[in-house]
Amino acid sequence: MTENGNGIFLQLNNISVVYSDVIQVLKGVSLSVEKHRIVSLLGSNGAGKTTTLKAVSGLLKPENGKVTDGSISFDGAAIQNSSPEQITRKGIIQVLEGRQPFKYLTIEENLKVGTATRWTRPYKKDLDMVYDYFPALTKRRKSLAGYCSGGELQMLVMGRALMAHPRLLLLDEPSLGLAPLVVREIFRIIKRINEEQGTTIILVEQNANMALQIAHYGYVMENGKVVMEGEAHALKENPDVKEFYLGVSAGGKTRTYKDIKSYRRRKRWL
Amino acid sequence: MDFFIQLLVNGLSIGLLYGLSAMGFVMIFKSSSVLNFAHGELLAMGAFLFLVLTTWAGLPIYLAFLVTLAGSFVLGFAVERLFLRPLIGESLIFVIMLTVGLASIFKGLLLFFFGGNLHTYPEFLPAGLGVQLGNVFVPPVYVASSFIGIVFLVLFGLFFKFSPQGIFMRSVADNQTAALSLGVHVKKVFALSWAIAAMVAGMSGIVLGVINGINVHEISAIGLKVFPVVILGGLDSIGGAIIGGIIIGLLETFTCGYISPSLRDVVPYAVLVCILLVKPYGLFGLVDIERV
Repeated sequence: MTENGNGIFLQLNNISVVYSDVIQVLKGVSLSVEKHRIVSLLGSNGAGKTTTLKAVSGLLKPENGKVTDGSISFDGAAIQNSSPEQITRKGIIQVLEGRQPFKYLTIEENLKVGTATRWTRPYKKDLDMVYDYFPALTKRRKSLAGYCSGGELQMLVMGRALMAHPRLLLLDEPSLGLAPLVVREIFRIIKRINEEQGTTIILVEQNANMALQIAHYGYVMENGKVVMEGEAHALKENPDVKEFYLGVSAGGKTRTYKDIKSYRRRKRWL
Repeated sequence: MDFFIQLLVNGLSIGLLYGLSAMGFVMIFKSSSVLNFAHGELLAMGAFLFLVLTTWAGLPIYLAFLVTLAGSFVLGFAVERLFLRPLIGESLIFVIMLTVGLASIFKGLLLFFFGGNLHTYPEFLPAGLGVQLGNVFVPPVYVASSFIGIVFLVLFGLFFKFSPQGIFMRSVADNQTAALSLGVHVKKVFALSWAIAAMVAGMSGIVLGVINGINVHEISAIGLKVFPVVILGGLDSIGGAIIGGIIIGLLETFTCGYISPSLRDVVPYAVLVCILLVKPYGLFGLVDIERV
């Protein structure tokens, strides 16, 4: 665990999450995030990455999920099982997986909803800032979000979150279903936001390669547990991560399913 | 021809009221997916509140009108706060049953205090408000109701298009999880939709009371016309509710005038069925934009 630098901003302490009182998804997850950093959460489908984000943002509640054990502290205050209304007002904004625009609102109206946590204050400057980060949105500001392309929508939902002045931004798979060039563009912007706004970011990704390029620190999750963590560049060089998430085997060749046995064996990290 | 224009004018102004009151219903449905079976009783509550204020309290008309609007607003707010909020997260059918129960309570209260007789407001519209269109005389009450209807329509249009709260309400109707993730106060939005719906219903109640007299059963039955109206317009379209209201209003008055007053309540439903056979989502129901 890193304890140097700016101090711990968000701390998850051994949390368990249970849906509908019976389905346990997280089994004792601990992670800590320092201020102004990008932390990446990697892992296969069903590892519990999205659930971890929702535990932080409070969006478990509407899905009948609950943090049953452990604690989450943000900026020194316990926030586990608080409502999304309270958590967003502390400055934690989650960008949901799969781009969820308000389809029947225009681009600009979508962005205005981003000011919900501080709607009494002016937002003109923030609109300009978002259009500066995402110039593609400028010419579509009057069109309905439902008719925009996937790339534009990803920019829209990220811009919408920026309107809230987040101190901690939770990004859930921003690269999902986008063309490689667009993905690169999106990641470049994420890095810029982190550098220019000082926003702390937790980035959940399947695209481990891209994520580790811009992240400072990374966690690997499996089956509701953190199985590995480390500085991003160290993770990138780790033979297991290389093999299972970057698709490069130890010898430099791509792995085939013939080696499935060794895959199973090596996957037991704990 | 004159008869036709007379019916047209009456139908339009009644239809506008149906549309407005249906708009409140659609707002609740869009934001929280709740079908409000107590909508007719909300109209009646407004109508009787105005009656109390004008006859018993003796307030001047303008003041009584404003107080009724404010009172209905508070009533809607309170209903959401006291009865619906505890049920958030429960199955929708419980919430809908609750509105059926609320309808009985409101109706029971009104019957208890006012009985089932016909009441009337004191004559307050100046006769000079009537308009002479060629050979057709439009009575003051229709002029007033059209005027109020149009004013409310414009105000709500502006509210939903430009005000932050209006945009938040639309965002909740559109995608509730995304709205939550951005910190939109979804419960406040529910409360506000109930408050606005009750306010508009109260306003429609007053005008219908002026036109037809005030009777608990009759006014709450008129309130239930929101069902054909919104189904015709499309359950999730606010604009559709207004147009649906106007169509039902016109159908009613024309049936009443040309065929028989006793068929007044039947023909709109028959036409409704025909339209739904062709357009199952209603005239303006949103067929989901399939682009994610």
